[in-house]
Amino acid sequence: MSTPVATRPFAVAGVARAARVRRYGLWLAAAVVLLLLPQSVRTGTAIAVMNQMGIAVIFALSFNMLLGQGGMLSFGHAVYFGLGGFIAAHVLNMAGRGAIYLPVPLLPLVGGLGGLAFAVLFGSFSTRRAGTVFSMISLGVAELMAASSLIFDKFFGGEEGITTNRSKAPLLLGLEFTRDRQVYYLIAFWLFVATLAMYAFSRTPVGRMANAVRDNPERAEFVGYSQHRVRFVSFCAAGFFAGIAGGLFAVNYEILTAENMGLNASGAVLLMAYIGGIGAFVGPIVGAVVFTFLQSMLSDYTGMWLLYLGILFLATVLFVPMGLAGLLMLHAPVWRARRVGRLLGPYVLTGALGFVAAVGIIGLLEMVHFVAAGRTGTRRLFWLVVAPRTLMPWLGFAALVVAGAVGVRWTGPRAVAAFAEASRPGRP
Amino acid sequence: MTPAIELSDVRKSFGATPIIRGVSLAIEAGTRQALIGPNGAGKSTLFNLITGKYPVTSGRIRVKGADVTDLAPYEINRRGLARSFQVTNIFTRMSVFENIRCAVLWSAGYRYSFWHRVSAARAVNERAETVLEQLNLAARRDVPAGVLSYAEQRALEIGITIAGGADVILLDEPTAGMSRSETERVIALIRQVSAGKTLLMIEHDMSVIFDLADRIAVLVYGEIIAHDTPERIRGNAAVQEAYLGVPAEVV
Repeated sequence: MSTPVATRPFAVAGVARAARVRRYGLWLAAAVVLLLLPQSVRTGTAIAVMNQMGIAVIFALSFNMLLGQGGMLSFGHAVYFGLGGFIAAHVLNMAGRGAIYLPVPLLPLVGGLGGLAFAVLFGSFSTRRAGTVFSMISLGVAELMAASSLIFDKFFGGEEGITTNRSKAPLLLGLEFTRDRQVYYLIAFWLFVATLAMYAFSRTPVGRMANAVRDNPERAEFVGYSQHRVRFVSFCAAGFFAGIAGGLFAVNYEILTAENMGLNASGAVLLMAYIGGIGAFVGPIVGAVVFTFLQSMLSDYTGMWLLYLGILFLATVLFVPMGLAGLLMLHAPVWRARRVGRLLGPYVLTGALGFVAAVGIIGLLEMVHFVAAGRTGTRRLFWLVVAPRTLMPWLGFAALVVAGAVGVRWTGPRAVAAFAEASRPGRP
Repeated sequence: MTPAIELSDVRKSFGATPIIRGVSLAIEAGTRQALIGPNGAGKSTLFNLITGKYPVTSGRIRVKGADVTDLAPYEINRRGLARSFQVTNIFTRMSVFENIRCAVLWSAGYRYSFWHRVSAARAVNERAETVLEQLNLAARRDVPAGVLSYAEQRALEIGITIAGGADVILLDEPTAGMSRSETERVIALIRQVSAGKTLLMIEHDMSVIFDLADRIAVLVYGEIIAHDTPERIRGNAAVQEAYLGVPAEVV
C-alpha cells in the first residue's frame, strides 16, 4: 500500500515473475507426483482407486466449467460423460475387430468428441436461458437419455450395458494396457492434459466472459457478448471434457451401462464439485479425490456409505458453502500473516469435540442399520464390540452426541471469532 | 451530418399502458446532451429502447444511420453504442480490473476466442489499466467489484461503459446518490471520457446539466416537449411549468 508509485512497476514485474515460477512449478510438481504416485502403493486396490479418482477429477472439473465458472447448475452432466463413454466403447470394439485403426491412448479423445457432439446438440437450446430454466432442461435431457437407453438397446446394450476389451485394440508405440498400472499412466496423462486445458480455458477471453455472464448476464450483453453464445461455448467445452472422462472410464472398466449417464452419476459429480468448492479451480479436484476416497473406503466398512456422503454434502452446504478448497483459501491471509498458531488451539478443540459427536452419530446410525436389517447379537463398531439390541450402547453413543454437540456449540463460535481476529489485516 | 442517434415516432406500451408516446429525436454526433424530465416520464425506458433491452412497440431507431430497432443489446453495442445503468450493474465477483477488461475484449476483436490467453492480450490489458487510472481505481485493481464503496462502484459503472471505446455513450444518472465532491469528480471524468464523442445523459442535478450539456431534451409523460440549448430551455415556459416548477430552482 505504502509502496512509492515510482518503484511500483518493478515491484509488479518481480511479483509477476514469482507468480509465473510458482504457477509453472506447481504444474511440474503435479506431473511429478502423478508419475511417482503408483510407486508409493503396493496393492492393486490402491491403483484401482487412483484410476477412479483420476476419471472423477476430470469429470468434476468439467462439471465446474458449468457451475462454478459459468453459473449453470446442471442435473444431467453425466449424459455427456456416459455418451462419450458409450461411443468410446463402441469405437474400441470396432478397433478390436480391426474395422478401424485406433490405439487405446487416443480413445479418450473419441469420447471427448462424442461428448462434444451431444453438447452441441443439447446445448444449442438448453443454454438459451440461465438459472432454473437451464437446470430444468438439463434434468429433462437426463430423463430423455434414460428413456432412450431403453429404446436404443443396440447402442446402450440394455441392462447388461456395453462391454469392450482394451487389449484387442492395435498398439501405439508398443504401449500395452493389460494391467491397471498401465492404465493408470494413461489416465494420469489425460488427467494432466485435460486439467491444463480446462485451466487454460478459464484464462481465455470466452472463459473470462463465462465468469462475467455468471455474475451479470445483462451487463455482458451491453459490452458486446451474447449471453447465450458464451454459455453455449462453455457448455460445449464441458461436454468435451466430460466425454474424455467417459472415454477413460470405458478404457478402465471395459463396460458401460445406462447408469453411467443416469441421475445418480449426475448427482455424484455435483456432490464432488460442491464438497471441494465450486469457487476455486482446485475445488472439484479436492472434492473428487475426497469423494472417491470416502466412497471406496467407506463401502468396505458399511452399507450406509451413501448416507454418510449425503451427510457430508449437507454439512458442506450448511456450514462450509465455499467447500473444502474454499475453506483452505480463506485461511491464506492468516497463513501469510503467520498467525496460524493462534488458530491451532480453538481448531483442535472444536475438531476433537466434533469428532466425538460424529462418533456418536455414526454409532447410532450403524446400530439403527443393524437392527433394521433384522440382525441379532453383537458387531464391531470402531474399537468396541457392541450389542445393538441392548440399551447401554444407545445411551453411550447418545451421550457422545450430546457431549460433542454441546461442546461444539460452545467452542465453535470461539474458533470462528479466533479466525476473524487472526485474519484482520494489520500488525499482530 | 448523420445523427448519432435518431428516433422516429418511437412508442412503447407495457400492456395497455403507453410509456413512450411517440418520441422523435435526433442527437447530433459529437455533442453532449442531457435527457431530463420528472420521475416516471420514461427516461430510463427510452434508454432501454435505444440500447435494445426492450423491443419497441412501434417506430424506428437508428444509430449512426443504421437501423438498430430489432437488434439485440450486444449487436447494438458492437456498433459503438455503450450505456451505463441507473442501478449499478457490474460483475460483482470479478476483480475491478477484470470488470474493465471484459468490457474491452469484444471491441479489441477477441470475440468468443478460446485460443488466446487474456494475459497475453497486451492491447486489452493496457487499455484496461489506462481506464483504471482514469477512474482513479488503480489502487483497487484486484479487489472484487462487489466490495467497492458506492461511489467507487458508480465510477466502475462508467468505466465499463466507456472501456470498449464506444463513440456513442448513454449514461443513466451517473451522479445519483453522490456527495457534492464526488459529483464534481465524476463530472470531470465524464467530460474527459466523452471528449470528441456523443454523450446522452439522464441527470437530475441542474447545475451539472447546465455545466456540461450542449443541448437538453425534456421528456414529460413519454413525449419530448422541448429539445434546445440550455439557455433556451431555461427560458421555456412549458418546461418550467411541466418540469422545473418555480424558476428559482433553475438557478
